[in-house]
Amino acid sequence: MSSILAWLPYAVAGWLLLWGLYGIVKSRNLVHLIICLVILQSSTYVLLLAIGYKAGAVAPVFADMPLGTPAVDPVVQALMLTDIVVEATVAALLLALAVQVYQRAGSLDPRELVRLEG
Amino acid sequence: MIGALQFLLFILLALAGMQVVRTREPLAQSIAVSFYGLVLSLLFFLHQAPDVALSQIAVGAVALPLMILLALAKIRRARQEREAEQNR
Amino acid sequence: MRLRLVLFAAGALGLGAAYFAAARGLPPVGGYSGAYGEVLNAVSVGERHATDVVSAVNFDYRGLDTLGEEFILFASVLGVATILRKQQGDEEDRDEPAWQARQAPDSDAVRVLGVWLVPLTVSFGLYMISHGAVSPGGGFQGGVVLATAPLVIYLCATAKTFLRIAPPWLTKAAEAIGAGGYVVIGCLGVLAGKQFLENVLPLGTPGAAWSSGTILFLNLTVGIAVAAGFVELLAIFIEEVLRRET
Repeated sequence: MSSILAWLPYAVAGWLLLWGLYGIVKSRNLVHLIICLVILQSSTYVLLLAIGYKAGAVAPVFADMPLGTPAVDPVVQALMLTDIVVEATVAALLLALAVQVYQRAGSLDPRELVRLEG
Repeated sequence: MIGALQFLLFILLALAGMQVVRTREPLAQSIAVSFYGLVLSLLFFLHQAPDVALSQIAVGAVALPLMILLALAKIRRARQEREAEQNR
Repeated sequence: MRLRLVLFAAGALGLGAAYFAAARGLPPVGGYSGAYGEVLNAVSVGERHATDVVSAVNFDYRGLDTLGEEFILFASVLGVATILRKQQGDEEDRDEPAWQARQAPDSDAVRVLGVWLVPLTVSFGLYMISHGAVSPGGGFQGGVVLATAPLVIYLCATAKTFLRIAPPWLTKAAEAIGAGGYVVIGCLGVLAGKQFLENVLPLGTPGAAWSSGTILFLNLTVGIAVAAGFVELLAIFIEEVLRRET
C-alpha cells in the first residue's frame, strides 16, 4: 500500500490537470468551462499537499502536542490556503463576466461567441 | 489504516473530478463540484492539513456552488426576458 | 471540432510526458525532507507564541502575501459589483416595490431552523476568527462561515430583513475597514521603528486566545473583510435576481 501511495498523489494531480484541460477545450457552455477551471486549479492543491506530506507526522498545530513531534510542512499549507481563496475570487469574477456575456450576446456557447463582433 | 483510506479517497477524487468534467449541464455540475470539494477536504484532513480542509469546505462546498447557482438564476432570468422580448 | 481535439491530444501527450518526467524527480510522497518546514515548526511557537504554525506563516512570516490575497478578494468583489450593476439605470423605479415584497416562507419549520442556525453560525464564525493563532481556522475560514449567517436570514425570512441586517453601506464600510485595517496594523511596525507588518504588539501566552501580537488583529481584520465581501457578493447577485421577480 505505501509503495502505491508514494506516487499516487502525483498521478491523481496529473489526471485532474489533463481532465480539466480537456473539459475547457471541449466545453460548449461558459459556466461548464468555469467549473472545469476550478477542477484544474484543484489539481495544484493535490500536488502541493503531496509535496509537504510526511508519513506518520501530525498537523502543524502544537496546541495539544508537545513541541518536537514531527509535523508536516506548514509553508505549503499556507500556499494552499491562499490558492483556495484566489480560486474562489477568480470563479466569482468569471461567473459575473459569463452572466454579462449572456446578457449582451444572448449565448453561452464559446464557439458562437467567437464569431460575434464586439 | 490511514493509508488505505487515503488510497480510497484518491481513487474517489479522480473519479469525481472526471465526472464533474463529463457532466454537461451546469446545474448538475454544481452539485458534482460540491461533492468533489467535500472529498478534497476529507483528503486534506487525512493528510494532516486541518486549516486547508476548513478553507476548502467553506469555499468549495458552500461559496462556490452558491455563486454558480446564483449566476445560473440570473442567466435564466435573462433568457426569459429575451424570449419575452422576441415574442412581443 | 475534430481539429481542436487532435491538437489537444497532441498537446496533452506532450504535457503528460513532461509532467511524468518531472514527477519522477520528486521525492516519494511521505518523505518530506525540506528545510523550511522543519525550521518553522521548531521556532514558531517560541518566537511568535502562536500554536497554529500555518496561521503564523500566513499572517506573520509571510504576512505580505496575505495582504495581497486580501486585496485580490477586495478587487474581485469590486469587479463583480462593477460588471453586474451596469443595468441599474433603466428599470429601477418600476420594479422597486415588487422587489421588496418577496414573501417569507410559509413553513414554520424553516423559520425556527433559521432562528436556531443564525446564532450558532455567528458565534462559530467569530470563534474561528479570533482563535486563528491557536487552533485551525483563522480569518478566511471564519469570515466565510460568518458570511453564511445573513444568507440563512435571507433564506428563512424576507429580503427586507436581509437588507436590514446587512445594508449596503455597512458591508461596504466593513470591507474597507477590513482591507485598510490590515495596512494600518502593518504601519504600526513602521511607526515602532521596525519593518512593515512586523509583530510589535506584546505576545501573550501560547495557547490563549489573546496571544501572538498582531496575528490576532490581522485575523480580525481579514475576517471582517472576507465576511463583508462575501455578503456583498450575495447581495449583488440576489438583488439582480429579485429585481425581475414580479
